[in-house]
Amino acid sequence: MSEILLTIDGKEVRAATGMTVLQAAQQADIHIPTLCEHEKLESFGGCRLCTVEVEARGKKSYVVSCLYPVEQDIVVRTRSEKVDKIRRVLVEELMAHAPDAPELVKLAEEYGADRNRFERAASFCILCGLCVRYCNEVKQKNAVGFIDNGPLKEISFIPEIAARECWGCQECFTICPTSYAQAAYLLTEALAFPGSRKVQAQKTHTPTIIPIIPVAMSG
Amino acid sequence: MTMPKLQSAAELERYRAEILAGRDPALPCIAVCAGAACDGMDSAAVARAFLAEAAHLGGKLEVRTTGCHGYCEKGPNVVVTPGDICYFEVAPADVPEIVAATLKGEVVERLVYKDPVSGEKAVHMHEVPFYKHQMRLLIGDNPKIDPMKIDDYLAVGGYAALVKALTTMSPDQVLDEVKRANLRGRGGGGFPAGAKWETTKKAADKTKYVIVNGHEGESAAFMDRAMLTGNPHKILEGLIIGAYAIGAQKGFMYTRHDMPLLEKHVRNALAQAKEYGLLGENILGSGFDFECELHFDVGIFVSGESSALMRSIEGNPPEPRPKYIRTSVSGIWDKPSNLNNVETWANVPQIINKGADWFTSIGSEKSKGTKLISLSGNVVNSGVVEVPLGTPLRTLVFDIGGGVRDGKTLKAIHFGGAMGGSIPADLIDAPLDFDGMSKLGAPIGAGGLLLMDEDTDMVEVARYLMDFLTKESCGKCVPCREGMAQMLHILTKLTKGEGKPGDLEQLEDLAEVTGLSSLCALGKTSADPLKSMFRYFKPEYESRISVQAAGGSKAR
Repeated sequence: MSEILLTIDGKEVRAATGMTVLQAAQQADIHIPTLCEHEKLESFGGCRLCTVEVEARGKKSYVVSCLYPVEQDIVVRTRSEKVDKIRRVLVEELMAHAPDAPELVKLAEEYGADRNRFERAASFCILCGLCVRYCNEVKQKNAVGFIDNGPLKEISFIPEIAARECWGCQECFTICPTSYAQAAYLLTEALAFPGSRKVQAQKTHTPTIIPIIPVAMSG
Repeated sequence: MTMPKLQSAAELERYRAEILAGRDPALPCIAVCAGAACDGMDSAAVARAFLAEAAHLGGKLEVRTTGCHGYCEKGPNVVVTPGDICYFEVAPADVPEIVAATLKGEVVERLVYKDPVSGEKAVHMHEVPFYKHQMRLLIGDNPKIDPMKIDDYLAVGGYAALVKALTTMSPDQVLDEVKRANLRGRGGGGFPAGAKWETTKKAADKTKYVIVNGHEGESAAFMDRAMLTGNPHKILEGLIIGAYAIGAQKGFMYTRHDMPLLEKHVRNALAQAKEYGLLGENILGSGFDFECELHFDVGIFVSGESSALMRSIEGNPPEPRPKYIRTSVSGIWDKPSNLNNVETWANVPQIINKGADWFTSIGSEKSKGTKLISLSGNVVNSGVVEVPLGTPLRTLVFDIGGGVRDGKTLKAIHFGGAMGGSIPADLIDAPLDFDGMSKLGAPIGAGGLLLMDEDTDMVEVARYLMDFLTKESCGKCVPCREGMAQMLHILTKLTKGEGKPGDLEQLEDLAEVTGLSSLCALGKTSADPLKSMFRYFKPEYESRISVQAAGGSKAR
């Protein structure tokens, strides 16, 4: 694998072909914020928080670092007025869903985002897709998936698979930034296979329920 | 009846000569338009009436059902040859009179074009104002062709460019001709087609694909449908030539699932081309093999975005993926895939036939050839129009379009559908040019031109277009899904008279961030109409705020 030289925030960084800008930055201890990135999963490019400014062949553009492949001699800026504005507005958009999600609260502080800037949305899922992709790529069960599109898009557990697979796993609950995955699962459980919690609990230990982050009370 | 495969270029030319020998150019022929608009006005009943009349005339009259003629406003359209006599708004009851007059070499005066102001009549196509100012290089053949008959296409010189390319030109020479012609993509981007072809051609992988993007989803655009339904072989011929130049073995025609007539014609065209040996192995004995498959969308606008379209062909949900590595290098199943729009492919045969020098003699400095435009909105003459690039918008709107409906004043011209932009009436002398229109903030896009009269509420226009795109977003990335929903929310408030100070600044922030950080072109350009509104019609937006902030009533 050949080596590529690029500049990130004025620092010369060495990277291998095929790496993304995000990987190259992480390797050089340069922090870029992410929400939908997970070490065990393919990069998704959904949250766009890792957007950076790239100058390549004299052209400046805004790209997501989790997917943008490193190239020789490109100049990357992980912070700029524009980049910060993009991140601020994105966080404000997501806070319309989950104003108290710890990761968002931290990002809001860093980028000066106003948690009440936009009209509050009904669902507190931010559709990072971590649960869906984890269930698909790591567990290979596809117990949870996306349904619908655009602003109507949501995650949904498939009852037939969830009834069989989720009790003994529930790993997606812990990677969910808003605890919505657990809420969606509990709803499916209550509607589609009620009573199974008791039966299962007698056989095995009861998995811990994560406190759901309150949404409606704040803001 | 099946047709023996044509084994060589000479066989094809012999066959073409046979077709022409069997046709009498003096024999009266009645072409009934079955394009989408005419079909909607039951042109099928008109065609049936003509066929019934012709049935007892013993071959003295030919009747042909064709694709879109263009003048949708005045359908059902009928054109009589020889002479290209145009009859408009023809009803089945008019048919006996037209037939009788045609057989006597006469004209039915009451059914020809009459100028709404002067009352002056125009009998022949080249005299009708709607047609007179056009240059119909692509759509002009539509009235001459029954889209179900490959022989009709051969009769107007079809597949001659393919013969020329396969027998007298190397793939490199074909590519060079298209590059020299400076053919720019007609799907919206205006990217040079030759450069795109070259990227796919030069990509290392030997398996390569070519694709026709016939997923016309842009609101107020209906010209690709007119081309693909009315003359499918022209697009197929362009595709085969492109595949030869690029070195692709397989092609895909990707289109909408909701147009049964289009599907019928394209399926039939592919089957006929295969039967004639124009698709398949060793095409016309040249040693070149090429297959083509038809694919349909799943009913979502973003399917027309090239990377989403390729995902869809693979059998995956049509979600766009970032194009940091171009699809021309890594597309369908990660193979180099060259995608062009219907109209781009339709231009290829004439470039090969007549050469790049001829092609570049038409158009403006940087935008060559003609452009199909769908004219609609508050225009007198809606329809499919073809003019040289560089034509002033005034010609399109007034000379061809007949101006604004109901004697009203023009307020704005909107181009490019939900991802386009609106410019005010005083820019009417701007030329139709890829770069020029982009600079004005109303990029041509695929070519949907919407006229708006004095009564148009520009806030409502932006709200309407945003509502459309919001529903069509795939919802994968935050700025597109959330940003558009928030913009729609604010725009809806403005139209309801509930705007408050700060709303416009929020809109500006959302528009900027959605444009900069969305994953695909849908999100990136979703705020373009709004940006053009802020550029030219901002006072209209401000008035929605100030009036209400002062406690006034609704601005509408």
